[in-house]
Amino acid sequence: MKTPRRIASLTALAALAPLALAGCSSGGGAGDGGDVDSLSIVDYYNNDPDKSLVQAALDRCAADLGVSINRETVPGKDLIQKVLQRASSKTLPDVLMLDNPDVQEIAATGGLSPLSTYNVDTSGFADGILEAATYEGEVYGLAPTVNTLGIYYNKDLLQAAGVQPPTTWEELKAAAAKLTEGDRYGVAFSGIATYEGSWQFLPFMWSNGGDETDLTSPKVSQALSLWQDLVTGGSASASVINWSQADVKDQFVAGKAAMMVNGPWQIPALRKSPDLAWDSVKIPVREAGQESVAPLGGEVWTVPETGNKAKQAKAAEFVECISSDENQLALAEARFTVPTRTALAGEYVSRVPEMASFTEQVATARSRTGKLGEAWPEAATVIYDAIQLALTGKASPADAFKQASAG
Amino acid sequence: MNRTQDVQGTTAEGGVGVHPERPGVAEGAAAREPGATNAVAPRGRKVTREAVTRLLFVAPAGLFLVLFFGYPVVKNITMSLQDYTTKTFFTGEAPWVGLANYATVVNSNLFGPAMVNTALFTIGSIAGQFVIGLALACFFRRRFPLSNFLRAMLLLPWLLPLIVSSATWRSILDQDSGILNQFLTSLGIISQPVPWLTSPTVALIAVVMVNIWVGIPFNVTIIYGGLQDIPDELYEAAALDGATGWRAFRHITWPNLQPVVSVVLVLGVVYTIKVLDIILGLTNGGPANATQTLSIRSYQESFTNFEFGVGAAFSNILILISLVFAVIYLRANRRAVDE
Repeated sequence: MKTPRRIASLTALAALAPLALAGCSSGGGAGDGGDVDSLSIVDYYNNDPDKSLVQAALDRCAADLGVSINRETVPGKDLIQKVLQRASSKTLPDVLMLDNPDVQEIAATGGLSPLSTYNVDTSGFADGILEAATYEGEVYGLAPTVNTLGIYYNKDLLQAAGVQPPTTWEELKAAAAKLTEGDRYGVAFSGIATYEGSWQFLPFMWSNGGDETDLTSPKVSQALSLWQDLVTGGSASASVINWSQADVKDQFVAGKAAMMVNGPWQIPALRKSPDLAWDSVKIPVREAGQESVAPLGGEVWTVPETGNKAKQAKAAEFVECISSDENQLALAEARFTVPTRTALAGEYVSRVPEMASFTEQVATARSRTGKLGEAWPEAATVIYDAIQLALTGKASPADAFKQASAG
Repeated sequence: MNRTQDVQGTTAEGGVGVHPERPGVAEGAAAREPGATNAVAPRGRKVTREAVTRLLFVAPAGLFLVLFFGYPVVKNITMSLQDYTTKTFFTGEAPWVGLANYATVVNSNLFGPAMVNTALFTIGSIAGQFVIGLALACFFRRRFPLSNFLRAMLLLPWLLPLIVSSATWRSILDQDSGILNQFLTSLGIISQPVPWLTSPTVALIAVVMVNIWVGIPFNVTIIYGGLQDIPDELYEAAALDGATGWRAFRHITWPNLQPVVSVVLVLGVVYTIKVLDIILGLTNGGPANATQTLSIRSYQESFTNFEFGVGAAFSNILILISLVFAVIYLRANRRAVDE
């Protein structure tokens, strides 16, 4: 009796052991060593070609600074969750990439280190992107390149219909109506109920003088009326309310849309269809004379507060290196994005002529968080809610913004 | 009593020097005589050791429950009472706000529609899944060539990852180029393409349709198992009395299927009420919030708006509703066992 029972209790104890051991197997903390020989990096370029193109830039900087890098890529939609997890377990990476509208929110938590601490030179960068990375007067990150939105058009279809690329809303509506034929729509855009839909709406709203601080103003609802007219007039599919920007690109490539609102990151995909002749222009304005203002997209490299001062200083050098002239041009050329140092624009366009209109658009582009900062996500939610209400016919554009603002 | 226990206890231990005829002495001697100490003390020790052994056997399961069920539930409840945002992850500070998150939830314009949609979605899905599942299960009761193969094929929706199914359905249901509209138009059933996922009035129906498709295998499998348990003799006897077809179903199949039916329905409700991925993949709660349910609200508050406190409040309401059905299930189950 005695022995089996003891064995039994030992077995039960042994069963507990792994549970107990698992509790104390977290990695040891890094000390404040003077010599930094490695940096950990987290970003969301998890698909090729971007993944390897960014890797090349990171490798160049690693070689320059004489450090080895330990890079982790996560899917874009999981990045913030990942950052929050690692923040609570005190395992933030040394260098962290963030989508520019998220920088202020993360900076507000105290999780990022201001670049002025490390005397990083932030002059010469486009205002919009610096604004996105600035929280309470401090710059928290640098972006080597940025992107924006424009109108792509199918050259063959426009030529066949005798239509010029639109520069005003009236021209856009007329062109879209004329280009709509059979199962082909004149224009495609993304009005999806996510931040992507809000992002696509911004250039129309901003170019008309609308502002995210006053979403119930007529200047904002006029822009929504344009979208509503396109859908109810049959020039754009009613499905735009479910389309992501990738879906919009697929419609354009398949010849089911003659024009689309999209960004330069789609160029590699467009190039895969050699038969498709396309070009791009700036987002049209309501009346000739208005300035076309598009939103600024792109990722910012930051230095999280990890507690290891030596590594943070090295990480700041690394961030500066990613945004060096050489890396900006290399990344911009390879990824069809626009360099953030305004002085590089001329040389860039001469190297990549397809990017002319986007480069021009970036010069005046605005950041999403420039005015509202951390409060931007709420405004973005109101915008996409209003888009959905208006495009499904549940409310007029003006009422849509009133209803959506009410929560 | 005392004496027999003593004897049993010690013999079990191997009968070390005890005086069964003098229990009182044995206790009194405990302090002086080493032999007596052995005789009495092991009883106490043994009882505790037995208890410890039992405890150790229960401990892994208990620990598992506490770690993976207890902790999340408690954490979710405390989280719903806190202002828990992105800042919390960095600073560790989450101020208590009492029931403010619940007030936000109940007062939000989407709460009412989300409740109604959750109810419609659950009732619609369960009704469709159950009726079609029952019909298919009855159908497969007959043996015919390839019946086993076909029954296995029915499990297909179950085997596909839900994200894959919802992406596929999204293209099937596309208003302009989806094959469902093309098919219906070619048959002349509809003249205008149905705006499955783009009209706020139709979208919920479309989502329910897809969820019915996903849930049929579960219903068929369980109901088919229940049908197998009904003895053929009953049908033979009924057939002799002239009860076949519909009457056999009403008077034999249905009453004998009762316990299985209650299990299928209640489990179905608990599974369906929390469905997230299908809706997320098909409509993301849209168009114009027409397919918002409690689980979608909870997900979006937590992982889109990063208002973890409000998200937790939504999910606690959801858990509470599921709990009601879980209790109904447990009671129904117990009654079935008692019978």
